[in-house]
Amino acid sequence: MVEGQHLAELVRGPITRATLALFAGASHDHVPLHIDSDFARAAGMDDVFGHGMLSMAWLAQALRHWAPAECLRSWNVRFTAITPLHATVHCRGEVTEIFAADGERRARLKIGAWTDHDIQTLDGEAVVAID
Amino acid sequence: MLDRDKHVGTVSEPRIVDVEKGFLKFFAKATGETDPVYFDADAARAAGHPAIPMPPTYLFSLQMSAPAKRGDAFDKVNGLGIDMGKVLHGEQGFTYHRPIYAGDRLTITTTTSDIYAKRGGALEFVVQDTRFENDAGVLCAEARQVTVVRNG
Repeated sequence: MVEGQHLAELVRGPITRATLALFAGASHDHVPLHIDSDFARAAGMDDVFGHGMLSMAWLAQALRHWAPAECLRSWNVRFTAITPLHATVHCRGEVTEIFAADGERRARLKIGAWTDHDIQTLDGEAVVAID
Repeated sequence: MLDRDKHVGTVSEPRIVDVEKGFLKFFAKATGETDPVYFDADAARAAGHPAIPMPPTYLFSLQMSAPAKRGDAFDKVNGLGIDMGKVLHGEQGFTYHRPIYAGDRLTITTTTSDIYAKRGGALEFVVQDTRFENDAGVLCAEARQVTVVRNG
């Protein structure tokens, strides 16, 4: 990794109702906004929408493609927009800094997720150990 | 409005959770994972892992699988009592200190660290920090979650 490097995009989705039902069960996140259209509409939403943590799980897969999983030291994201039903999610990253800490070389990455309509849904940063 | 004085500083009871192999495989399937390391213990061992590794965001699922009796976001009696129809996930962060695998048993403790409002109270933000320790009491990971409540 070098500063300024754009990392390979990872694309997941489109998000179907089945995607959300499976993820709700598998992730223990049973908040009905994501799986019950009646509940979501009563709460003022257009319909069910994607769990933020589903997109974050996909972003974790992208991170693993960029650096081995055991090299991930810390990361955080802000959920900046709802990920609508049927959206495709594009996970992207860019190396912003190479630095040394705790006796190892590390890279700071600017990371995010965007829908196919180019709405940014996740915006964050990750620190990974590099060779 | 949430009562800041009542909730900030609340620490949950320690919750013991098992990192279950079956759930990790289900999580891998639900997230479109393709790497056999996340489905098959033999593949995981062949790749140098002692067991199926826990995906990085599954920490959040461990929390959701074991709601705290004290300080839970949705608990109306002993927690913050947030309406599930009004929540959005605002932020999420993780810090890793050592790898976690299927078969591990962790003790998780959640502290409500901060509550603040924006837009004159139309949005409230609840910051909760969670620690994940192994059987030996060693800190394996930390998580920070910001929950947004839509009051408007």
